[in-house]
Amino acid sequence: MTNKLEVRNLTHKFNDGNGVHVLDNLSLDVADGEFVTLLGPSGSGKSTIFNLIGGLYAPDAGDIYIDGARVNGTRGNISYLPQQDSLLPWRTIEDNVVLVQEITGDVDKETARRWLQRAGLEGYEKSYPNTLSGGMRQRVAFIRSLLSPQELMLLDEPFGALDELTRLDMQDWLLKIWEMDRRSVLFITHSIEEALYMSDRILVLSDKPARIAREIEVPFERPRDHDIILDEEFTRLKRDIYHMLRTSDVED
Amino acid sequence: MRRISSWSVIPPLLAILAILVIWQLAATLFDIRTWILPSPVQIIQEGMEIYPRIWSHSLSTIQIALGGFAIGVTVGLVLAILLHLMPRAKQSIYPLMILSQNVPIIALAPLLVLWFGFGTLPKILIITLVCFFPVAVSLIDGFRQTNPTLLNYMQMIGASRRQVFFKLEWPSALPYFFSGLKISATYSVMGAVIAEWLGAQEGLGVFMTVASSAFRTDQVFVAIFVIMAISLILFGFIMLLEKWLVPWDTDRKGANRDDE
Repeated sequence: MTNKLEVRNLTHKFNDGNGVHVLDNLSLDVADGEFVTLLGPSGSGKSTIFNLIGGLYAPDAGDIYIDGARVNGTRGNISYLPQQDSLLPWRTIEDNVVLVQEITGDVDKETARRWLQRAGLEGYEKSYPNTLSGGMRQRVAFIRSLLSPQELMLLDEPFGALDELTRLDMQDWLLKIWEMDRRSVLFITHSIEEALYMSDRILVLSDKPARIAREIEVPFERPRDHDIILDEEFTRLKRDIYHMLRTSDVED
Repeated sequence: MRRISSWSVIPPLLAILAILVIWQLAATLFDIRTWILPSPVQIIQEGMEIYPRIWSHSLSTIQIALGGFAIGVTVGLVLAILLHLMPRAKQSIYPLMILSQNVPIIALAPLLVLWFGFGTLPKILIITLVCFFPVAVSLIDGFRQTNPTLLNYMQMIGASRRQVFFKLEWPSALPYFFSGLKISATYSVMGAVIAEWLGAQEGLGVFMTVASSAFRTDQVFVAIFVIMAISLILFGFIMLLEKWLVPWDTDRKGANRDDE
C-alpha cells in the first residue's frame, strides 16, 4: 500500500520566549484512501501538526512527505477544512466552492454544481453564506475541499462548532460523500465517539509535547451505520481510549 | 423592501419639517430682523430669485469638490494599499499621515495660495488633503481587520500574496473603504467652500463671503442649503454604489446575527 502522507520524526517548538515543546519526534502515515484520525486533548498541538503539513512554517526537525516528495515548508499541497466559517462572506455558495480551483488555476463550475447537487445543496448556488445555517456552511466548505485538486484532505475539527444533533447528521453526511470519492483524510477531533465512528485508524496523542501515544485500528466495516455505537466492541474501544487519555493526563 | 426604506426616510423628513415650522413661527412671532435670521420662507423666495446666479456658483464649487475628491480618494487608496503591503513603511509614515491632519487648513490655505497662486491647483490641494485621510485610515483599518481564520485558510490552501490580497483582503476591506468614502465626500464640499474663501472668482465660498459682508443673511442661508444639498446628493450616490458593490454587507441584520 502506498502512503499519501508520511511524517517522520517531526519536532517543533514555538519561539515565544519560553520555548514550549509542542511536538516531539512525531511520526505518522496516511495510506491512499485511508481515513486517519488524530485524537487528543485540546491544546495538544494538533493544529500545529496541520500547520506544518500545510507548510505555513517549516518544522525544527523531521520531514514531511506527500506522494513521496518532501514538502517541508511548502504550501499548496493539501486540501483543508477548518473548524468553522471559512467561507468568504462576499461570495455566493457557488463562487465559494470554486475558490480553491481559482487558486490552483482550473475553474470547473460544471463539476462544482454537480457536487453541490449531490450534497443536497441544490438551489443555494446563488445564496450568500450568511443565509445558511452552520451545518450547511460546513457542507459547502467540505465540498470546496473535495473539489480541490490536492488529494490529501486535512479536516480540523470540522464539526466542533456545531450542536450535537447537527453533528451526528454531518458525520453521516460526510462519510456518505467521502465514500463517493475516497480521498486520504487526516481528521482532527477531541470526540472519542466521532473518531471511532468515522475513521479507519485512530492515533491518540499525548499531551504536550505531543507524541503518538497509541494507535488503534478500527475494525468496523464500511459503509457504516450509526447503530455501531451500540456495538459491544465500540463500547470497549471507547472505554479503552477514554482510560488512555485519562492516564496520559496523569503522567504529565 | 420598498416599504422598509420609505419608513426609514419618513422620520428624518418629519424632524426637518418640524424644525422649519418652528423656525418660521419663531421668526414671525418674535419679529426677528431679516439680516439677523431670515425665515425659511424668505430664504426660499430669495433662492428662487437668485437661482441662475447660485447655479453657476454651485457648478464651479461642485467641479473643484469632485476633482479634489477624486484625487484625494485615489491618493488615500494608493497610500493605504502601499502601507498595508509594506508594514515597515507603515510604521514611519502612519504618524506623518496623522500629523498632516493636525495642520490647520485655515493656516495652510494662504500658504498654498502664496506658493501656487489663485488658480485651481491650491484649491484641489486643500480638498485632497482633507479627503485622502478618511479613506486611507479606514482602509488600513479594514485591511488590519481581515478575519484571521480566513487568512489562515487562504495560506493553508497555498494562496500567493497577490491572491490573498485580491481574493481576501481587498473585498473584506471594501465596507471600510466605503465608510471612508462617505466621510470624504462630505469633507470635499466643505473643503471646496473653504478653499474658495481664500480667493476665487466664482463658487459658493465666494458668494457667501460677498453676501455676508453685505449683510444679506438670506443669501448666506441659500448658499448653506445648497451646500447641504450637494453633500447629501454625493453621499446618497456613494450609498447607492455601496449597495451595489457590497451586497453582502449592506444587509447588516443578516450579517450581524451570525457574528454574535
